[in-house]
Amino acid sequence: MDEKRSPKTVHSPDVQRRKWLKTGTILAGGAALAHPMLAMAQTGPIRVGHLTPMTGFLGALGEYAVQGIKMAVEEINAAGGLLGRQVDLISEDSVNPQTAASKAQRMIERDKVEFLMGEISSASALTIAQVAARNKTLFMSIGARSDTLRGKDCNRYTFHVDIPVTVMVNAAGEALAREGYVKGKKIYTLTSDYVFGHDLSKAAKAFFARNNGTVIGEEVVPTDLTDFSAQLIKIRQARPDLIATNLGGNQVTNFVKQYAEFGMKFPVAGFNLNTADAWAAGEDNLGGIWPTVWHHEIKTPGTQAFVQKFTKKYNRIPENHAWIEYVSMMMLAQAIRETKSVDTERIIKYFESEAQFDILKLRKGYFRSWDHQLMQEAYPFTVKPKGQAKHKLDFLLFGEAVPGATEPLEKLAPPRSENLCKM
Amino acid sequence: MEIVYLLEQIVNGLVLGGYYLLLAMGLSLIFSVGGIVNLSHGAFYALGAYLSLEVIKYAGFGASLFITPVLVGLIGIAFERFLLRRFYTADPILSLLVTFGLAMVAEQALRMIWGSAPLPSGMPPQFKGNVMLGEFMFSKYRLFILAVVICVMGGIWLLLHKTSFGRVVRAGIQKPDMVAVLGIRLQPYMVTVVVLGVASAALGGVLFGPIAIVHPAMGTEIMTVAFVVVVIGGLGSFWGVVLAAFLVGVVRGVTTHFAPAASEASMYILMFLVLMLRPRGLLGERIERFE
Repeated sequence: MDEKRSPKTVHSPDVQRRKWLKTGTILAGGAALAHPMLAMAQTGPIRVGHLTPMTGFLGALGEYAVQGIKMAVEEINAAGGLLGRQVDLISEDSVNPQTAASKAQRMIERDKVEFLMGEISSASALTIAQVAARNKTLFMSIGARSDTLRGKDCNRYTFHVDIPVTVMVNAAGEALAREGYVKGKKIYTLTSDYVFGHDLSKAAKAFFARNNGTVIGEEVVPTDLTDFSAQLIKIRQARPDLIATNLGGNQVTNFVKQYAEFGMKFPVAGFNLNTADAWAAGEDNLGGIWPTVWHHEIKTPGTQAFVQKFTKKYNRIPENHAWIEYVSMMMLAQAIRETKSVDTERIIKYFESEAQFDILKLRKGYFRSWDHQLMQEAYPFTVKPKGQAKHKLDFLLFGEAVPGATEPLEKLAPPRSENLCKM
Repeated sequence: MEIVYLLEQIVNGLVLGGYYLLLAMGLSLIFSVGGIVNLSHGAFYALGAYLSLEVIKYAGFGASLFITPVLVGLIGIAFERFLLRRFYTADPILSLLVTFGLAMVAEQALRMIWGSAPLPSGMPPQFKGNVMLGEFMFSKYRLFILAVVICVMGGIWLLLHKTSFGRVVRAGIQKPDMVAVLGIRLQPYMVTVVVLGVASAALGGVLFGPIAIVHPAMGTEIMTVAFVVVVIGGLGSFWGVVLAAFLVGVVRGVTTHFAPAASEASMYILMFLVLMLRPRGLLGERIERFE
């Protein structure tokens, strides 16, 4: 199969047949037959429900996500599966928060998945987390970064893999402050109008306040806005010293391209930019300092082997969402192997024991026991000086991991005093 | 000072209007002459943007401005000949469904061929930057786009109002039965109308690829605005569409200035008001078929 295609549902053929059979059985036999099937689930494949946006403004990232998790599942199954059972990944487009929630509910009830995984949209991750908590099913929220998800809205059944907004703001912010972009400067912010954008904006404002920067204006834009010319004109009129973007998905790409088009000279930075969106912006358009959770040039054998395998399989360089889905599946696999079970409670206990996971970075990561978020390194990045790029996608210049090797991994994450998470 | 800023937004809105116009004009023409609501119009815009990236690789941006619309126009011929032609006299719901389906097929086809990740697209460096006129800032590239749009629209206006082809098309919009009585078949004219429509949508894709993101859903995204413009402008009127496109652009710009949160909603409010006060659109003609 051509891996560039992104089918809405990813099934292996015989599993598909089984699902049809099952649907037929339920239709024919009703609830009475459902019991033997439950018993069967203990010996059949381990079903994992995977939801991520495959269309819309996060769709391009979702494609990387699906490819990453599929690669992990294939590797696990090729090595004999987990506890002698194959892993069956049911991957679907989450579309929007409402659809995501109903699909998650259906996956639990009808597809009998043992675990839920995925997401990039913070809004959809929130609704899935609620479904997971109601059904006491484990949900690994992989690519959603909103602070509220792991703060006010945290729950016992949800674990968060990606770096939270606060870490992103701190990672890029400290680099910005070092370069003198913040102290005593006038800053204009641009924010996507949904939970993630508002979270970024809140964390960014707090960071600027701590570092003596003044926010002189903020434009809140709808997530489907594609033309920023009106905002650009307004920002120019305000004459800021720095433009800080709190935009989600491919909006950043749009913004920086149009910014370059207008040839404005105020420095632009921001607290969210996925590698795929940075690539799409192109070398000539991008500048500033940005944070990322992972990049393909990390010099660890794990990352280099992953990049090589991924590139061979899909014929393109993996983006951070491909990596994070891959390691998430591998973390779950480790938990299943170590606990020798697929029992939700035992897996939660294992994660909460702050067990260490090799996430292909220099330092291992672990889930913080009281708010369930993965503690890990992050990286600031900027753009290479002109002429240094070896090929079209080679223009990003990645910085050293933060926190530094001698500092605790928790350094950039919100401390207990600032996190409202109560389980 | 405030008034200068406002003027700046108004001028920017006019440029934005030009962008809507490229899509809305074709949409309006195809609907007015053929009675078909072409929901797949955005697909030709997206196709234009994608093909343009390929053409640019071999022939450069300047050549792509001409070659890409021609290529998409050729596809438009097939689109009219094998698909639209079957639906001129059929129930409008059928053409609505078929073009809606085609839009989805087209989007997925783009995803299959070029992948769902947005493609890097840039403009020739000489277009980058701005032109300052006193306190006014213009993007060089957008001024260029506006110039191209004015040329294209001028061409379409001449074609519709100064040629025998245009006379038949305009008569066909107004009184198709009368045209038929005179022994003129409208069908052959539809090929040209469709080609004009989809080629200008493709030109929109070529022009906006460099400042927007080239991704499979770009066609779907643009369709809503294009429809709003057609509805506000009214059917069958060249100037109605032009007026509506610029109006929507300006209203968006001005609301961004005063009430940023309402900027996206503003065009729908405008449409609502126009439909309440003047159901056939600002300059819409009274068309027998649709009354």
